[in-house]
Formats: sequence, C-alpha cells, structure tokens
Amino acid sequence: MPDITTFLNGLPGYAAQGVIWGIMALGLYISYRLLDFADLTVDGSFATGAAVTVMLILAGWPAWAAMLVALAAGMAAGFITGILHTALGIAPILAGILTQIALYSINLHILGNKPNQAISVDKYDLMLSLRNVNTAIFVALGFAAALILLFYWFFGTELGSAVRATGCNQSMAKAQGININTMKVFALAISNGIVALSGGLLAQYQGFADAQMGRGAIVIGLASIIIGEVLAEAIFRKGMNFSICLASAVFGGVIYYVVMGVVLWLKLPTNDMKLFTAIIVAAFLAVPYLRGKSKHSFAALKHRKGEEEHA
Amino acid sequence: MLDIKGIYKTFNPGSVNEKHALNGVDLHLNEGDFVTVIGGNGAGKSTFLNAIAGVWPVDKGRIFIDGKDVTSLPEYKRAKYLGRVFQDPMTGTAANMQIEENLALAARRGSSRGLRWEVTKKEREEYRALLTSLDLGLEDRLTAKVGLLSGGQRQALTLVMATLVKPKLLLLDEHTAALDPKTAAKVLEITDKVIKENNLTAIMVTHNMNDAIKHGNRLIMMNDGKIIFDVSGEEKKNLTVEDLLRKFSENSGEAFADDRAILG
Repeated sequence: MPDITTFLNGLPGYAAQGVIWGIMALGLYISYRLLDFADLTVDGSFATGAAVTVMLILAGWPAWAAMLVALAAGMAAGFITGILHTALGIAPILAGILTQIALYSINLHILGNKPNQAISVDKYDLMLSLRNVNTAIFVALGFAAALILLFYWFFGTELGSAVRATGCNQSMAKAQGININTMKVFALAISNGIVALSGGLLAQYQGFADAQMGRGAIVIGLASIIIGEVLAEAIFRKGMNFSICLASAVFGGVIYYVVMGVVLWLKLPTNDMKLFTAIIVAAFLAVPYLRGKSKHSFAALKHRKGEEEHA
Repeated sequence: MLDIKGIYKTFNPGSVNEKHALNGVDLHLNEGDFVTVIGGNGAGKSTFLNAIAGVWPVDKGRIFIDGKDVTSLPEYKRAKYLGRVFQDPMTGTAANMQIEENLALAARRGSSRGLRWEVTKKEREEYRALLTSLDLGLEDRLTAKVGLLSGGQRQALTLVMATLVKPKLLLLDEHTAALDPKTAAKVLEITDKVIKENNLTAIMVTHNMNDAIKHGNRLIMMNDGKIIFDVSGEEKKNLTVEDLLRKFSENSGEAFADDRAILG
C-alpha cells in the first residue's frame, strides 16, 4: 500500500484543478444540459483559450485582458459551430467535431507553430499558479462563484428563458415566436467562451499551454456534470434549484480529480488514465438510469409478483 | 382577418412518394369567425394549418393575416399573429420548465426578449387569477414542471398560452384527438369559453363530426387538398352527421372512409 500522505499532500492540487475543470463544466452545462446539444467543439476551444491567454501574457498583456480575448476567441469558435449547424444544416456532433479539428491547426498557429508554450510565474504576473495552490483554489472558486451568479441571473431573464425553451422544445419555442437558430448560435458562443476561459485558467495554473490539452475535455466536463448531479440528488433529493445544479457541476469536477488522484496514488499505470476516465464516467452515467430502472422494470415486477403470491 | 388565395403544396416532388397535399385552397375568414375543419385522413387538414403557421413555405399562392402578406415570413415571425394548439399534448409546452415559465414565454410572443426578469411578481398573480378562472387545479402549482401534468392539463395550458397575447388567429390542430372523451369535452368547453370571451378568430381541425357541427359558426370539409364544402350560419347549425356524409359523397364522388370521424 502506498503512503497515504503523498495522496493527502496532493489533495489541494487536485481540488484546484477540479475547480478549474468545474468552470469548464459550467460552460458545457449550457450546451449539454440547457440546449440539449452534444457540443464537441469544447475539446478545441479549451486549448484555444489556453493558447490565447499564454501568448498574450507572453506578449506583455495583463492576465485579465488576455483572458477577455480568450473568452472572445472561445465565443467565436462556438459561433462557427452554431453556424455550421443552423445555417449549413450539419448535425450537432459533426458540426462540433469539424470546428474542433479546425481549431487544432488554429491553436498551433496561435502557439507560434509550436506544440506548446511555457509561461513562468516568476517572470509574469499570473492570476493563479500551482506554485501557490491555496491562492489558486480561491481564485478558481471566485471565478466559479461569479459565473454561477451570472448564470442564475441570465437564465432567469427573458432571453435566457428563450434559450432554455429552445433546448427543451423547439416546436413550442417557434410557436412562441423564438428564433431557435439565433438562440442556438448564441448559446453555443457563450458556452465555448466560458470553456476557453477555463482553458486560460488551467494554462496559467500549470504554467504552459499545449495544443493537446483539450483532448478529452468534453468527457471530463460531462463527468463533472454527471458526478455532481448524482451526488447532489442524493444530498438534496428534489429540492435542487438552478444554482445548486450549477454548483454541483463544479463540485463534480473536484470529485473527479480526487478520484484521479486516488488512481495516481495507487500507482496504477498512467497510460490507462483515459481508460479509467471512461469507466468512471460510464459508471456515473449508468447510476441514475439503473436506479430508475430498479424501481420501474420488468425484473422488479417479477419480484413483486413473487411477494404477492406469498402474501 | 384571414385571406388565403390559391395555395398549393407538394411534398417530395418528383419522387415515388410525391404527395399533392394542398391543391389550390382559397378561404376568407371574417373577424370573430370560428371555423371547424373536417375531412378524412390525408385530406390536407393539418397541412392546411401548417401552411398558415409557416412550418414550411407554400409552393404557390398567398396568405394574408389581418391584411398583411405573411407568405414569406418564417414560422417564428408569424407566431406574432398566431396562437397554436397541437394534436400532441407534448408539443405545445416545454416539459422541463415550470408552468409560470411557460406562461411567461407565451406572454412575450410577438415582442422582443431582453434582459428583463422572466416571471415578475405581478405576472405571477395574473397567471394565478387566470388559471383559477379555468378551474384546472393548476393555480397552486405555478412552479411545478409542466412535464408532471396530464395530457388534458397540458392541452388546456397550451390553450391558455396561445391566447395569453390575443392572437389574430387561433389554430387548433385536432387538439383533443389525443385525449380521453371526458377530458376532450372539458378542453373543448374551455376552447369555446376562451374564444368567446376574447372574441377570437379561430380554425379548429377535428376528426369528430359531432364536434365540428356543435362548435363554431362555420364548417368546411376538405378532401384531396381542396375545400369541397363550406357552410355557415343557420344552415351549419342545422347540419347532421348524415348530411355531412351525404355532402361528402356528393362532392368527392366517394364514400367517407374514416370510421373514427363517423363514430367519434
């Protein structure tokens, strides 16, 4: 058995990364949960946000300004996916994949045609760094809290409700005079803008941007959302309002990274990390389904029939 | 209020599945007209309503609502003029959203949507009063998700939503067909009440000949994408199902082949 203290020492680091990925999950929440659009653009836009942030800070921009440009770049990526889907009639998954693959090249260009670029916290004024994990956790939590508040407000407004109606029932939305294509493009843009923002945070935290760093981002984001939902439902039962749903996605990111920490601590082969990720996500996706099924299934009826006969 | 001039629609043109769904439909409605539409399966009744709603563009002809040519307007822009209730109770409401959120979305049909709060306190009270007057037991469940409601409740709610902003024209597409007889009667009763109270112009497609005779001031019969019979006033009031069946075979040259419409 490996030494538990190595794991405990690593915990704050996992928490910081978890919150940063939780912010990415907040962005994904808009497309995946509210718009009902499986948007694979995020694998690309996450790295775009990281690349833009690092390159601008290297060019002497203040970190906050670099992050704003990263936000805009991510929004542009989401906008493209939205146009591919609504104006050109490409299916959601394919539209996302096309933008994602295009972004891979674009990200390399942004990184000055290099696969990665390092940024040292000693030379530049970064918002957060793994050199000071506790501060990093607070900065990331601050971002997450601000975004949750912003979401809570926006999706309660007329415009935000129109986005939700579009995701829930397109026929109804159209009958109520909502331009569903505009809503989809708009929602995909803000979703990817937030994903890019989290990419910018992670690049600063780890001290580099990598063209590959978004690979599998959608799975981690989905994992955070689903893990958060399963746990929050267990804690709050039916009493979940929108802000709790959002906060649970961030919390889900932390849980995901702690579980990954356990995997690392147990010295399981790192080559198998993606495999473990897939298994963890599949397990959490299956839990709500199987739990529902155990209550209303033919197999359950069989047991009940047995009980009735005995009675 | 509504003027339809020679509209045509063909689905899948040039293929083996080619279907001439509308073959030159003309119709003029006065303000306050409540028209019922009957016809067998495939007669073009729902296609006709979808043409008015702008679900797809027509091939030929023009559509005017309240004097305005809406032929080239997409569905979401025409929504400004139209209230719609669909056959499937799931279609007209957003299941994952609350009753009051659905109502608030409908209250903004035809106006721009900005960053104002969606459901204000004042609106909530209005909705409560409105739902109380309909006696559906929904007034105390404003924050319940619509997905929890029964089909009949959802149709009644859709009807309220369709008329929350007074539409130039109310389109009812077999909106009681998916309901049990008792619920269907209740929803029809609410329909009559809402149309009368707001003096609405309405088109109601139905499979049920008795309902078509009993409701509204005018009745049209469709067959093969055309209006083959149009009756209003006293003559309409005195119609019987037998009359309609006779009219159908006179005008179409075939027997009415839809047991559901006759028995229903």
